[in-house]
Amino acid sequence: MNFLLEIGTEEIPHWMIPGALKQLSKLDLLGATPQVEATPRRLVVRATGVPERTPDQEQIVKGPPVSAGEKAAAGFAKKQGVDASELRESGGYWEARKRIPGCGAAQILAETLPRSILAIQWPKTMYWTAKNGPRFIRPIRWLVALLEGQVIPFEIAGVPSGNLTRGHRQLGSSSIPVTIEDYERKLRDNFVLLSSEERRRKIEKEAAALGARIDPDLLETLTFITEYPAAIRGGFDPAFLELPSEVLTTVMKHHQKYFSVEPQPGVLAPAFVAVMNTSGDPAGLVRRGHERVLRARFNDARFFWNADQRKKLAERVEDLKKVTFHARLGSYFEKTQRVVALVGELDGGEYGRRAALLSKADLTTEMVKEFPELQGVVGGLYARAQGEAEPVARAIYEHYKPVSMEDAIPSTREGQLVSLADKLDTLRECFRIGMIPSGSKDPFALRRAAQGVVKILVEAKLPYDFYALLSPELTDFMRERVQYYFREVRGFKYDEVNAVLAASRGTLADVEQRLAALAQVRPTEDFEPLAASFKRIRNILKQAGFEPDGPLQESLLEPGPERDLYDAYQRVRARIQGAGYRAALEGIASLRPSVDRFFDKVLVNAGDPALRVNRLTLLSELLTEFSTIADFSEIVPSGEQK
Amino acid sequence: MDCFQDTVFKLKRYWAERGAIIQEPYDIEVGAGTMCPETFLRVLGPRPYRVAYVQPSRRPADGRYGENPNRLYKHQQLQVILKPSPEDVIDQYLGSIEAIGIDLKLHDIKFEEDNWEAPTLGAWGIGWQVMLDGLEISQFTYFQQCGGFDLDLVPAELTYGLERISAFLQGVDSVYEIEWAPGVKYAEVRFADELQSSVYNFEMADVDRLRLLFQEYEAEAQRLLSLYEEKAESNQRFPVIAAYEQVLKCSHLFNLLDARGAISVTERVGMIKRVRDLAVGTARIWVDQQA
Repeated sequence: MNFLLEIGTEEIPHWMIPGALKQLSKLDLLGATPQVEATPRRLVVRATGVPERTPDQEQIVKGPPVSAGEKAAAGFAKKQGVDASELRESGGYWEARKRIPGCGAAQILAETLPRSILAIQWPKTMYWTAKNGPRFIRPIRWLVALLEGQVIPFEIAGVPSGNLTRGHRQLGSSSIPVTIEDYERKLRDNFVLLSSEERRRKIEKEAAALGARIDPDLLETLTFITEYPAAIRGGFDPAFLELPSEVLTTVMKHHQKYFSVEPQPGVLAPAFVAVMNTSGDPAGLVRRGHERVLRARFNDARFFWNADQRKKLAERVEDLKKVTFHARLGSYFEKTQRVVALVGELDGGEYGRRAALLSKADLTTEMVKEFPELQGVVGGLYARAQGEAEPVARAIYEHYKPVSMEDAIPSTREGQLVSLADKLDTLRECFRIGMIPSGSKDPFALRRAAQGVVKILVEAKLPYDFYALLSPELTDFMRERVQYYFREVRGFKYDEVNAVLAASRGTLADVEQRLAALAQVRPTEDFEPLAASFKRIRNILKQAGFEPDGPLQESLLEPGPERDLYDAYQRVRARIQGAGYRAALEGIASLRPSVDRFFDKVLVNAGDPALRVNRLTLLSELLTEFSTIADFSEIVPSGEQK
Repeated sequence: MDCFQDTVFKLKRYWAERGAIIQEPYDIEVGAGTMCPETFLRVLGPRPYRVAYVQPSRRPADGRYGENPNRLYKHQQLQVILKPSPEDVIDQYLGSIEAIGIDLKLHDIKFEEDNWEAPTLGAWGIGWQVMLDGLEISQFTYFQQCGGFDLDLVPAELTYGLERISAFLQGVDSVYEIEWAPGVKYAEVRFADELQSSVYNFEMADVDRLRLLFQEYEAEAQRLLSLYEEKAESNQRFPVIAAYEQVLKCSHLFNLLDARGAISVTERVGMIKRVRDLAVGTARIWVDQQA
């Protein structure tokens, strides 16, 4: 049977809709597969092939032992509602077989749907009927629930299900009888495009035709704040193009949800594309409204720009005493002092220290108060306008980068160091007072800061010992971030990452080089078997509880595989002296035949204790000597990968 | 074309016809219409209430000496409380927009998520900013908590930014160009207030005296709150409004000090909490009196 559910609500925040749909796509429809759709005002589930009823089922109930007598059996049969003659014996006990009749789908859904709907998880919910009333993301105002031609009867928050939907707020009817078959068409007749894909394509096509640079995030947002989108183009006074394009674009995209118009990448035209939630703007009324708002916003920005120039960034540093970094961690002034010191310790030079000193001063400007997402960028622009050296301005401009794993790191050494020091300071301080991310809780975005630290250290090839930068309580957390970065961002295998991290205590740039070499040598024929042998060596040493005590006695080596292994070891050691990681790993891999033969022919646990100790010493040296690039015992053979 | 006061008349008439009491502005400084007892106290407790009023709202930090065309120290809000919120509350709201002469079929209306929170009042709600052709004309909030209490009935609060709406209707770019009454510009009525208040707030207010005043009003509020006896027969006589008025004074003084940049990092958190404690204490007494 065909099924339709429409949860009619007041406008749902756009960014929550995909998550809700994902949950609804798992709705239990007696085995039928839910198809989901949404607009800001409706969550819709449709399905075909919902069974008419659930099949009858047989339930077996275990009864008293047969030895308990007939009276007990009769009592049991009566309780189960079956005739005593229908009881069967199984392993000395009576058993009743009960038939549970199946249930009509409509009846089941009438019971389960209200629960399932209210069980949708939202980031924040509200109640609207009265205290202790049901909670949802926004008030539910109507419900359509149909199974073939019938309404599935239920009620949520006083709203009964039915067959009446609503159209677009301004353009559609507010009461539209629908069937499953005509539902989507009737919505369209009432200016609701149910398919989010159709809305997305419509916006993209119309906006592109008007010259918009299509921003994917904005496109997604607009898809879920409109029921009937249509794009229009407006213009603004070219004189505003004197303002930095960063400011103009932020106002358009983030504050007004407009696409910018860029004839060439990075070059703004004095125009924008707005997406309306209505069918058209024949008289240009809407366009003029949007133009007027944008003009006011740009005027504000220009006002802020001019007002902010009255006080230079350098004079604003003192004002940071009044800007809270964190209630328990003091002000941004104090943070600035720490970051300047840290950049100094990292040999950031005069420009680096200057940039660090001014990096947070833009938090006191009107421009950043108005456009917080432009922090850093505004500081950089102001620094340039106020005659700071270009490296200083650029470092300030970029010091929040990378803001995500996809974002680039700052382009200059000064910027990299200020960003690194800023993020490290945040991490150190937060961990110091026990503010540590757990699960989904990470209010200070410490994971992102940590990811930024790792990315900068690796990609800028900075020469600092990673662990020396960390406070003790940070070590495990940061190590996880390093693993995450190399695995998820760089695509190295987890065991390779573990192997290198187990061996390396240096810079992350060095870790990267080792990983690259390891990943290259990994597929060669000899490598994995050798790694397996190393693991074996480790186990042997561990089982023997062996600690090397004195040097290897060359004279005790038996000719044949044992002596051969020793010679090969000496040869390889000499050869990889000063070689690059890759050459070294290849050299080590070349030991495989010798190692294999050794294990094949030589008994480590020799009866003669001196021989035994000598052999263990040989293995121990081999392991120590060749585990400095990566700890091969961490390598999991390809066949056994998790 | 409607002048500013026509728009106000029409909105008041519209809500009067839908059962709202038309109140006049509260006579103590507030930062928003929400802070008036007509909202802050009336939303508490189980009694239905509908009210609408224009409230001049003071935000010292937003003062711009009358130089910024869109930003004001003191702006005029029309505040509507519908408790409990009717099922068709959004339609009623949109009706009010049509009532002031905006044909919604010709415009672009969007409801964009914007939850409201007032830490000094222990209050928050869920809602939207209402965008008309890209202009935020209203805040729409379903109150959830006030004075730290979960609300028995969920009121809808509709807040209209009257200057913005008027500028939109009149097609002017600066609030000072709005025609307030026939032949009288907004600037004539309000410019001097904006300029002089900015001068006072940013340059001349005596920080030490403001601090002292804050302490005095706080002490008076605390003294009053400590005198309330829950079980007393005479608890209906207790001047909860007077206590709350001390809270409003504290809140305004806090805003003034903040605009002067006179509040340090650690002090700020503490002062917000001090005001909230008073607000929560007042709310508790109000609820008790209503019970």
